Amino acid sequence: MSRLLLTGNAAAAWGARLAQVDYVPAFPITPQTEIIETLGRWIDAGELAARLVLLESEHSMVTAAAAAAATGVRAFTATSSQGLLYAMEMIFTVPGWRAPFVLVNVSRGLATPITLEPDHSDVLAARDSGFLQLHCATSQEVLDSVLIAHRWTEDPRVRLPAIVNLDGFHLSFTREPVELPDAAAAARFLPPFDPENVRFRASRPVSQAVAVLGGGPYSYFRYEIHRAAESALAVYDEVAGAFASACGRLWPAVETHRAEDAEVVFFLIGSFATKARDAVDRLRAAGVPVGLVRPRLLRPYPVEAIRRALRGKRAVAVVDQNLSMGKGGVLHAELASALYGEPDAPRVLASFIGGLGGRDIALEEFREMAQIAARAAADGRSPAPRLLYTEGELREVRKLQGIAQAERDDLARGGSEP
Amino acid sequence: MYRIRFHGRGGQGVKTAGRVLGSAFFADGFEAQDAPRYGAERRGAPIFASVRAARAPIAERGPIRQPDLVVVADESLVPVAAAGVLDGIGPHSTLLIRSAETPDTWRERLRATGPLLVLAAQAGDHEAARFLGVACAAAAARLVGVISRASLEQALRAEVAEFGALAVAQSLEHAMAAWEAMAPHAGAVAEGVEPRADTLAAPAWIDLPFEPATVSAPSVHGTATSVQVRTGLWRTMRPVIDHERCHRCTWICTTFCPDAAIGVDAQGAPAIDYDHCKGCLVCVAVCPPHAIRAVPERDAERGASAPAAP
Repeated sequence: MSRLLLTGNAAAAWGARLAQVDYVPAFPITPQTEIIETLGRWIDAGELAARLVLLESEHSMVTAAAAAAATGVRAFTATSSQGLLYAMEMIFTVPGWRAPFVLVNVSRGLATPITLEPDHSDVLAARDSGFLQLHCATSQEVLDSVLIAHRWTEDPRVRLPAIVNLDGFHLSFTREPVELPDAAAAARFLPPFDPENVRFRASRPVSQAVAVLGGGPYSYFRYEIHRAAESALAVYDEVAGAFASACGRLWPAVETHRAEDAEVVFFLIGSFATKARDAVDRLRAAGVPVGLVRPRLLRPYPVEAIRRALRGKRAVAVVDQNLSMGKGGVLHAELASALYGEPDAPRVLASFIGGLGGRDIALEEFREMAQIAARAAADGRSPAPRLLYTEGELREVRKLQGIAQAERDDLARGGSEP
Repeated sequence: MYRIRFHGRGGQGVKTAGRVLGSAFFADGFEAQDAPRYGAERRGAPIFASVRAARAPIAERGPIRQPDLVVVADESLVPVAAAGVLDGIGPHSTLLIRSAETPDTWRERLRATGPLLVLAAQAGDHEAARFLGVACAAAAARLVGVISRASLEQALRAEVAEFGALAVAQSLEHAMAAWEAMAPHAGAVAEGVEPRADTLAAPAWIDLPFEPATVSAPSVHGTATSVQVRTGLWRTMRPVIDHERCHRCTWICTTFCPDAAIGVDAQGAPAIDYDHCKGCLVCVAVCPPHAIRAVPERDAERGASAPAAP
């Protein structure tokens, strides 16, 4: 086992390499491209016995991955942001094929306006698709999660595709120390894919996309996908346990940090959870009883583990790096649905929208969120949702708007030559 | 924890600088993290790279807000507000600028109160410009004083190996020159004081006002934005017209210029708007009589006459 510096993207590629994937349909998009470039280089150099094919779009790429999985091979692919959205018809279609494969999504905010920098609006758009979702906070976790996801999705009790998510820039382009699992240990953990009855052959046609009418058969098939996703929860714990035995690292469905005796808990997903962990340690050093609860699984939603981790807490500060227009933070709403009516559930769920489009979240902002949540707990009322946004940021926008106003004035005068 | 930021332009090796320094720290037993941040992914655009190193695992990520050391590979970025070179510089932060000017000149220009050093550059030394990244990494490694020469060399070799033995040898030569140049200041950069959660000022949060779509939609109208944003600051190479050679077939250069930065003056001669020319040099390539030559921006700014085109 060797330790080296890897970007989140390189870690994802290493995960696919150690999983000995057979087929990699690909389409480039920032900030994901390094993953397929790395795999392409290894395949060229003969270090990975896989076939990489560049498709003409993400829509075809996801179709190809699922079709390959339906022939019984191990498939891996990756995309981001607009690419994931472009594939969205197939993202919702292929889970019903019940052919397992792994898609790495490198999170990046969605247009409009266009950005290259991260938030979770892209991956949450796929929330209801039937793809399982694993959210990573470190490069190590990305590598391990790709391995875990292959075995998890291929389990006969699951057989659904999974998205392994990592944040653009904060993880995709950030190198940090990663322990490379030993190839033999990885192979022991992840035996060859047994596709059971999923063995599409040219000589034996199978239709994976039957039409049904009347609602009865439709409800059956759709609810079976839901049941498989639910079943994936217990299977995940088994698979994570097996990974811990093989490679020495345990990745629970829900990570907690100093949550046991905390009064206020931060609740968030992704790489900023490490910033939250740092904030928790620094706030603890200042005598503030805070903790962190971070779901790694978002689909299936680990309801029981979350309830357990939050039982008896006074307040939760939910940090959503996403925005459901006209509703607010997705994690906040989901958490409320998991806790409503539970005995000993926190009275207060404070909703914060932060880190959109690569915006940082500062230490003093974590402190402020903890304070607001604690004050709200004393009042017994959840505060109004808040966007993490400063005076200085608005001032920068006003400068841009000043230019826009000059343009409008100019246009109103009939325009001028530059 | 050490927190170090490298600033430069896309293509100058800033990402390489971060990786070399990160790997050197790591080789010497530190936990390390390095990350480039390149917004527009465009050659010549301001980029920066962050390096963190500590004895314990690193949980911080994202841009470094209070750097212990800022290394500026391209001095022309210092006045570019969007490049953020001076962001978070405090009395503890060391500023290292690669420049042909003296530390005193820079100190006065920036009214700097903290430590300010210069990595000496020779005007017009284009070979050194090719190895800026590794030179900056080596200078930073010497300034922190906890990285061995052997680890720096190992990190550099690993990073540059794919470009061949000559590139490795040249990189080593330039890096070690910078390493030696910083010898008088070895160890001058110390780890910063760790931020405390209880002493920081509260964030100046505001409630975002709701505004009509006529204001809040991100539309760009016509040409006014292009006029106001002085994209000429992005330029590293400047096209210069030799009016003796120019045939005044002005439709070619003016049409091919992707930024409409070449106009025609009252006498019918082409004129380049240097406030907005980004230095893509398409005009140099398309000019039929080869009357436009490319001059490194730094030389052009100093008024040095570049050699005439062959």
